[in-house]
Amino acid sequence: MAEAGKSPRVSPESEGRRKGGEDTQEGGGAAGAADPAPLSAVSPGTEEPAGDTKKKIDVLLKAVGDTPIMKTKKWAVERTRTIQGLVDFIKKFLKLMASEQLFIYVNQSFAPSPDQEVGTLYECFGSDGKLVLHYCKTQAWG
Amino acid sequence: MISYLTLVTDKVKKHFQKVMRQEEVSEIWFEYEGTPLKWHYPIGLLFDLHASNTALPWSITVHFKNFPEKDLLHCHSKDVIEAHFMACIKEADALKHKSQVINEMQKKDHKQLWMGLQNDKFEQFWAINRKLMEYPPEDSGFRYIPFRIYQAATERPFIQKLFRPIASGGQLHTLGDLLKDVCPSAITPEDGEMKTQVMIHGIEPMLETPIQWLSEHMSYPDNFLHISIIPQPTD
Repeated sequence: MAEAGKSPRVSPESEGRRKGGEDTQEGGGAAGAADPAPLSAVSPGTEEPAGDTKKKIDVLLKAVGDTPIMKTKKWAVERTRTIQGLVDFIKKFLKLMASEQLFIYVNQSFAPSPDQEVGTLYECFGSDGKLVLHYCKTQAWG
Repeated sequence: MISYLTLVTDKVKKHFQKVMRQEEVSEIWFEYEGTPLKWHYPIGLLFDLHASNTALPWSITVHFKNFPEKDLLHCHSKDVIEAHFMACIKEADALKHKSQVINEMQKKDHKQLWMGLQNDKFEQFWAINRKLMEYPPEDSGFRYIPFRIYQAATERPFIQKLFRPIASGGQLHTLGDLLKDVCPSAITPEDGEMKTQVMIHGIEPMLETPIQWLSEHMSYPDNFLHISIIPQPTD
């Protein structure tokens, strides 16, 4: 949980290009209040080799129901990023208001706790080298 | 000890609010020796992790101000606790049975698990939980064991990985096997002396205990084995 407020950084060496990463290094000091750190879009050819040593994992974000889709679906995400960190990022990306809710589901069945790290979820529920997460503005599954 | 702080402290809240000015009251939270206590961890786990080997009853501090946003999740109603509890059970069943058992249950069965916990009704809870503890006889265990390992000595969140109860050769995996695999530092003696304790529900299970047995008998109501690794007391 202590991790929730920190903004995991996009590591410059891992991808040749970054999308929406201009403000990466800003607001680093103010934990919690800082803008959600951007993620890196994964484009063909920039993917790192699979394996446990990989610093980032590939996350596939799928919208449910009438929740807006994201043009870029596949993102390279720091293992230590929390679900809350991901929620903040998606809300900012979709320009949702801070007061709007966003739910994230694993396996289309359970909503992990906001302080859970995506790396742990990937270890347990990832498949084919990626973690598939569904997101929606209303509760979709229980 | 198997419940949640915010689920069992209505009386505490009322008691303190009687003597407080309305404007002073915001969300209740709890602290022990400077550590904010996460309401979404079962109370027994919090005690194992932060206060093992201290005297009972456990004295903790109640706060109504300066909510530590960085460390704690908000808990504005019992619905939040219920949602968290059910999400844990669903995650556990995804590991144990690929979600088949929990998905075959009806809404009222899910409600019964929650009501059983909330009202301390052991029979009511186990009438349904029993099904979550079953496995096909030919498998001799769950698909994977739902466990989380917490280390008092680190700021890192819990360790959770895929771990099978049965080795490929057919022998039962033990608690020791699990720790050796996912958290070797917990059971590595320094200078021939164990520097840590492995706690579940306030006791130190033998490392030879089969992990499947522990999962069936020492999981919390959320169906996870919550294992605390704490420093060995010095005296």
